Amino acid sequence: MALYILGALLIIASIAFVIGRTKALAICGNNVSSLHSRPIYHGAFLSICAAVPSFIFIVAWTVFSGSVINSIVKSRFAEQLSAMGLPQVEAVLRDAKALAFGGLVGFKDDLKVSASEAYSSLQSTSDLLLLACVVLLVVIGSVYGFKQITPAFRTRHRVEKFVLALLAACSLVAILTTVGIILSLIFESIRFFEKVPFFDFLFGYHWSPQNAFEGAGGTSLSDDNSRIFGAIPLFTGTFLITFIAIAVAAPFGLMSAIYMSDYASLKFRAYAKPALEVLAGIPTVAYGFFAALTIAPAIRGWGEAIGLSVSSESALAAGLVMGIMIIPFVLSLSDDVINAVPQSLRDGSYAMGATKSETIRKVVLPAALPGIVAALLLAISRAVGETMIVVMAAGLAANLTINPLEAVTTVTVQIVTLLQGDQEFDSAKTLAAFALGLVLFVITLCLNIIALRVVQKYREQYD
Amino acid sequence: MEQTEIKMSGKDVSVSYGEKQALFDVNLDIPAKQVTALIGPSGCGKSTFLRCLNRMNDTIDICKVSGDIRLDNQDIYHRDIDVVELRARVGMVFQKPNPFPKSIFENVGYGPKIHGLANGKAELEEIVVKSLQRAGLFEEVKDRLYEPGTGLSGGQQQRLCIARAIAVSPEVILMDEPCSALDPIATAKVEELIDELRENYTIVIVTHSMQQAARVSQQTAMFHLGYLVEVDDTDTMFTNPSDKKTQDYITGRYG
Ligand SMILES: Nc1ncnc2c1ncn2[C@@H]1O[C@H](COP(=O)(O)OP(=O)(O)O)[C@@H](O)[C@H]1O
Ligand SMILES: [Mg+2]
Repeated sequence: MALYILGALLIIASIAFVIGRTKALAICGNNVSSLHSRPIYHGAFLSICAAVPSFIFIVAWTVFSGSVINSIVKSRFAEQLSAMGLPQVEAVLRDAKALAFGGLVGFKDDLKVSASEAYSSLQSTSDLLLLACVVLLVVIGSVYGFKQITPAFRTRHRVEKFVLALLAACSLVAILTTVGIILSLIFESIRFFEKVPFFDFLFGYHWSPQNAFEGAGGTSLSDDNSRIFGAIPLFTGTFLITFIAIAVAAPFGLMSAIYMSDYASLKFRAYAKPALEVLAGIPTVAYGFFAALTIAPAIRGWGEAIGLSVSSESALAAGLVMGIMIIPFVLSLSDDVINAVPQSLRDGSYAMGATKSETIRKVVLPAALPGIVAALLLAISRAVGETMIVVMAAGLAANLTINPLEAVTTVTVQIVTLLQGDQEFDSAKTLAAFALGLVLFVITLCLNIIALRVVQKYREQYD
Repeated sequence: MEQTEIKMSGKDVSVSYGEKQALFDVNLDIPAKQVTALIGPSGCGKSTFLRCLNRMNDTIDICKVSGDIRLDNQDIYHRDIDVVELRARVGMVFQKPNPFPKSIFENVGYGPKIHGLANGKAELEEIVVKSLQRAGLFEEVKDRLYEPGTGLSGGQQQRLCIARAIAVSPEVILMDEPCSALDPIATAKVEELIDELRENYTIVIVTHSMQQAARVSQQTAMFHLGYLVEVDDTDTMFTNPSDKKTQDYITGRYG
């Protein structure tokens, strides 16, 4: 229903636009310069008046009507439902809804049938009400808007205000979503820390959540949990792989950035930059394939050739490929900061008789250093959060090791495995994923804040 | 014009940026230990000519220079000439002060270091102090030699750049509108400095200000649309210009 109304609104808005414009043209007798605002603004204004209030109303209605109807049904059948447990009530209501709106139902009983009748009648009432309200809003809005259109009316500013409100609303949605995600992370983590002490989690040496059984037993389990959920091996694994990745990406990325910004011809740049952007767009799963099927076996082969025991999944393979993955990222960010070093500094150095590489080493790089550090920090925070390559190439074993030839696991990989399969949502195992997520979030947040700060400082220097 | 030694000379110098020719057959001698001012309306090729003298135009890919430019009667565009060495002999000060984001000391010490002019720290310090003194900046900055050069005022920064240029003991100093970003007081200081530097260095200065050209230079060259219109010693040029365009430009009737 709401969908049809939305379609109708679109048509109404277009008609209102034409009407508004026509009226504006009519009142000025085609002498457009006598109007405060150009006719298209009047058209836009009228279509905003006609359609936007109802649009907001429809959105609000669709969000809330479902739960309102639900609670009405619940209260109507309060007597019958009060005897049941919560899961049963949910099941009954679900089946009743399925009956009402066409779906599969295991078995019917009187309660479900009458509840479903209630649902369908309430739904049609709701639709009618919605339609009535929308019509009312459209009429009021259009009449109001139509009357407002006079030569002196400052439509342009009104439309401007609407645009402002629209933009602000969109950013508000983005911000609220972020806040919501963070809050849910925090609350679920708190629940986890009720089961497993915070410090046991953060400083425990042993990670084997598959040994956690819960729900079956009682409180004595929390004793075990504190020995099972030790996150240190995960963070060691994460940092080991990140370290390898940065060790690969930093020199290659930085040197190519120097080449691109100061040595390469304009023509080469014109082709190379977009090509690198393509490289940055390769899905990480593809890198994962590369790591698991090409690099990891190769490393193993080499290792065995010189008599080292290398597991078929190794931190080295994952780190190398992750490093390759973030090279374009490091390159493009450092290229930007190196380019931002003013040409006048380079000229100053050349005019002193410095060669190109002297100029780069002694003037350009020191000047760009803060920005380069920031670029590396951002790259690190990307590597820390990367999952797919590690899942495919580094394995799942939570070994506490800094030997890059062994299999390790990372925080992100463990989050994935913890949430896989049929889990109860409030088991320690599932909640551990949130705690890991929270720690990871805090780490990357700090890295990003520092990096952005540094970049900002660096910008100010040259403004 | 009194007979003096010729430090640098340009013969039939033409420069083009890609398709666009910016200088046409310029012939200009730069006398030693004098200040030569290059004047003319914007875009007439003054900076372009200046940048030929230390081959800074080499850093622009599309720039092509032809003709014969000599320093001490030696072709500076010759294959055997080391640009790095040339630029140590012909220093340059830019329109906008461009100190490196390093300490004042390191700014001045930059040239001596890359050219290996100082044996040890003591010698380097001596060079730095002497250069700062010559640039008339030492008294103002002696307590903060290790603070960033970018923290100085505009006028001080420009004098720092001059100190940086003279630290490698150049023979010629090129200045491209060195005062255009400075206030009148800082300008006066820099002009005074230029007058003092004349004793030891040959100076070529591009300027937009007729008064400045009159105050600091002994020889003036007038450019217009890529051509050298007139060159004479400054007194004659300002009192009795022979070319109509120069006359108009000097008296301000020209845009
Ligand atoms: N890097 C460059 N690339 C292309 N054209 C340039 C460049 N530098 C200067 N020009 C052109 O050369 C001409 C002379 O410029 P310039 O020597 O800077 O003039 P002036 O210093 O007398 O104002 C101008 O027309 C300018 O557009
Ligand atoms: Mg210029």
